Amino acid sequence: MSDATTGKFRSATEEAPLARWALIGLAVLGLGILVAAPLIAVFAEALAQGWKAAVASLGNRDAQSAIRLTLMIAAIAVPLNAAFGIAAAWFITKFDFRGKAFLITLIDLPFSVSPVVAGLCIVLMFGTNSLVGGWLVAHGYPIVFALPGIVLATMFITFPFVARELIPVMIEQGRAEEEAALTLGATGWRTFWTVTLPNIRWALLYGVLLCNARAMGEFGAVAVVSGKIRGQTATMPITIEMLYNEYLSVAAFSMAAVLTLLALVTLLLKTALEIRHADQLASTRRH
Amino acid sequence: MPISLPQPAVTKDATRDAIMDIEIDEISKAFGSATALSPVSLAIPSGALVALLGPSGSGKTTLLRILGGLEFPTSGRVLFNGQDATGLTVQDRRAGFVFQSYALFRHMTVFENIAYGLNARPRASRPPKAEITRRVTKLLDLIQLPEIGHRYPSQLSGGQRQRVALARALAIEPRMLLLDEPFGALDAKVRKELRQGLRDIHDETGLTTVFVTHDQEEAMELADLVVVMSMGRIEQIGKPQDIRARPASAFVRDFVSA
Repeated sequence: MSDATTGKFRSATEEAPLARWALIGLAVLGLGILVAAPLIAVFAEALAQGWKAAVASLGNRDAQSAIRLTLMIAAIAVPLNAAFGIAAAWFITKFDFRGKAFLITLIDLPFSVSPVVAGLCIVLMFGTNSLVGGWLVAHGYPIVFALPGIVLATMFITFPFVARELIPVMIEQGRAEEEAALTLGATGWRTFWTVTLPNIRWALLYGVLLCNARAMGEFGAVAVVSGKIRGQTATMPITIEMLYNEYLSVAAFSMAAVLTLLALVTLLLKTALEIRHADQLASTRRH
Repeated sequence: MPISLPQPAVTKDATRDAIMDIEIDEISKAFGSATALSPVSLAIPSGALVALLGPSGSGKTTLLRILGGLEFPTSGRVLFNGQDATGLTVQDRRAGFVFQSYALFRHMTVFENIAYGLNARPRASRPPKAEITRRVTKLLDLIQLPEIGHRYPSQLSGGQRQRVALARALAIEPRMLLLDEPFGALDAKVRKELRQGLRDIHDETGLTTVFVTHDQEEAMELADLVVVMSMGRIEQIGKPQDIRARPASAFVRDFVSA
């Protein structure tokens, strides 16, 4: 690029300096208003009465319970959805069958259905008044207003992330490497671990991070199925809403800051991995 | 110091496997309602170098994939040394397969690529590490690229990739060698060089070898036996000079003289 900018000529795809700076300025402005400013505001509000107040608000039992619950939901939902996502992407990209387009649409369904509707569906399916739910409650396994319901809702909402990341990558890579492994005598299982998985690991990591961020942040569906029982079924996003509605703004924003930090940590982790494995990343791109 | 212990297992394997004739008995293949292969029959003598020659859509790659166990025929049988191999899994065929785009494992070094088949064997029949290293080194010598073991496929030229794919296929001590358009993605000069390379490797190993090509010059120059295919049918089977001298149909005459 430096050649092009210092020389008399510039490449056909390069804009004039004025247009370039205008576009960059616009992007920075947009990013600032939409991303940076709210982020700063969250932390500023959390620390409005100093560190001590913020930390203290996170120390009470209900806050601790909310953080634990959210982490537990992510710990259950994300690995399961990673496994389902890999299985779905594998099935869709490595085999030809009727109804493939329909299956892809079905996987996308959680993106198009409102989370609240998804939550209501789970209540209808597993609530005390339903056939299945009634039976389960009678046998001591409540789904709605309990952990299983929240996990189900979260899994439904976050199902597409991993599969959506993997499908284009796996289509682009084709089946030839897997076929090669099979002709060399590898079993299907070994082929998956030594050929398929290494080839999709970056897309998988990205999908898992997106899935995780959404699993921890999901509000609508969880709000319907959880019953918002403080200290029991209130997740972090729900606790934030309840605290905010009670005008406990330091407590609400402290919790929001923790949720934001969790998301930032996963992003930093991804960036660190990318930097550390840059060579490998470059060499495994399509040749 | 035990320097040169005899290795009866390997030698026995090699001699037994060197004799491998292939018989294709009324094989047909349909994908849904589309016919890829009308019933075709073909006998390939042990140790032959055979070209499946035809335009795209002639069914030549489908036939090769059926031989390798990557597709299964709709009807008909495949016989290896007179024994029915139709239901044999791709792993049990032990066919060295070279793919059109080589399909090298891009996240593995050249060394790891070539060693893959040996490492994939069940523990009981897997050679020890030192033996694997020895064999890979020998194969790298055979393809005349002794120095590239540590490189990744993306760091190789097209011709080098093709030779690595060949070495990887040979590492499993295959019973036959199957190549899908092995020179398709290469420029004319490299193509000529590698053609001789394949001939040499075939002569050295004595493996029954089948390759697919749409280039009649390549087929005529390299193969002992040429199988001309069109629209899922075999038009003619014969030695290159016989096909040139006595084409069996107008299609063969046109295609061969092109």
